[in-house]
Amino acid sequence: MSFFLIQMNFKGKDIISIKDFSKKEINHILSYAQEMVPYALGEKYKNILNGKVLSSLFFEPSTRTRLSFESSMNRLGGRVIGFSDPSGTSQKKGESLADTIRMADSYSDAIVIRHPHEGAARLAAEFANAPVLNAGDGAGRHPTQCLLDLFTIRSEKKRIKNKDIVLLGDLKYGRTVHSLAYALALYGAKLTFVSPTSLKMPNEVINECKELGVEPTQTSNLEKAIKDEDVLYVTRIQKERFPDAEEYNRVVGAYKIDNNLLKNGKENLIVMHPLPRVTEIDPEIDSTHHAIYFKQAFNGVPVRMALLSLVTGGRL
Amino acid sequence: MKKELKVPRIKDGTVIDHITAGNAVKVLHILGIPKGTSSIVSVAMNVKSELGKKDIVKVENRELDPHEVNKIALIAPKATINFIRDYEVAKKHKVKLPDEIVGIVSCSNPTCVSNAKEPVKSRFKIISKDPPRIKCYYCEREPEDIADRII
Repeated sequence: MSFFLIQMNFKGKDIISIKDFSKKEINHILSYAQEMVPYALGEKYKNILNGKVLSSLFFEPSTRTRLSFESSMNRLGGRVIGFSDPSGTSQKKGESLADTIRMADSYSDAIVIRHPHEGAARLAAEFANAPVLNAGDGAGRHPTQCLLDLFTIRSEKKRIKNKDIVLLGDLKYGRTVHSLAYALALYGAKLTFVSPTSLKMPNEVINECKELGVEPTQTSNLEKAIKDEDVLYVTRIQKERFPDAEEYNRVVGAYKIDNNLLKNGKENLIVMHPLPRVTEIDPEIDSTHHAIYFKQAFNGVPVRMALLSLVTGGRL
Repeated sequence: MKKELKVPRIKDGTVIDHITAGNAVKVLHILGIPKGTSSIVSVAMNVKSELGKKDIVKVENRELDPHEVNKIALIAPKATINFIRDYEVAKKHKVKLPDEIVGIVSCSNPTCVSNAKEPVKSRFKIISKDPPRIKCYYCEREPEDIADRII
């Protein structure tokens, strides 16, 4: 690891919200993640987290986030304890999150948490001495997803500044798109938000982009919007976040990404998706050079390896 | 027009003046008054003034901690605090919102962790002082109906 990264001293730092980090800090996390790629692929091996224990507390279902955190810890020689279903824990007996965190804190060197309540990771950080990494809090923040998205765009397009990026789908309830819009604006990307009218990006997020000097374009016409774009970031319309089924049924299936649609875009347009996808991307895209979403999911490993290494103090 | 005092002058204590009309009771609630004090407390509501209607609170024989009183700027941003000594105004200042408020307003987000059964008080960062705008420390939501969310 570079001298400068050591100087930045991430040891013990909580990873709760992307907004807690400066652009300089994000850049260094992304650069360190790049160094982690051969270790994430299993081409190189180094036990830098030997003897360290990660508590993996998943109060909500997850596939990629949980597995990639656990893979990251294992790849670097650390160990993982925890649960992926809270029904077998004392939460079921009415234990507070604060007490669960105090206990996990005494058993481990870092804590990763996914929880249905917004702000749960921030609360966990108050009760833990060990660093807390937010793996998604309700409809709130998901900073490690945001970092791996930035990492993917930077890897594929060399830089983020001035890139034309479309965020598509459920921009109202989507957990990842709010913090991603903020982070992309921080880097000076050109943003277009495409969604059904009822799922438009909240004004709060648009104002944040404007404060960072980016004026996003808003539309519901995807065909026109992708014409000159570099990145198409697709999100799932999440049934579980809708207050009523009727509203969900009205908008599900509003957009479908297939070869026919991509004919309207640039040859080197990349399609990203935080996954899981349902029907929004046709599987015929999977085998094309546009499809980056599986690579994006893999990128969760080097990014999370970098974060675990930085916050626990084990270094390459 | 002859001036008339609706609430008698006090010899010593604190007068909170220029409270947004109708908010005096909420102001007392935020300050935890009369709980913990045996002082005489007088409240005048909808009093006519040059700038329209206002509320006034007078607390006798007690000088409130200005730091504590600043919290009322959330719902009464134009209020002034006057310390009275021997019938004279000894000190006067406008309320000024602190940078953070704890345990005064509940979060408007029903799934915010501060509304769950956890051993924490609600906590908000002040993002704008006039008009008052606050953001939840936990879920980052901005409640619009601050006055209705006083705990």
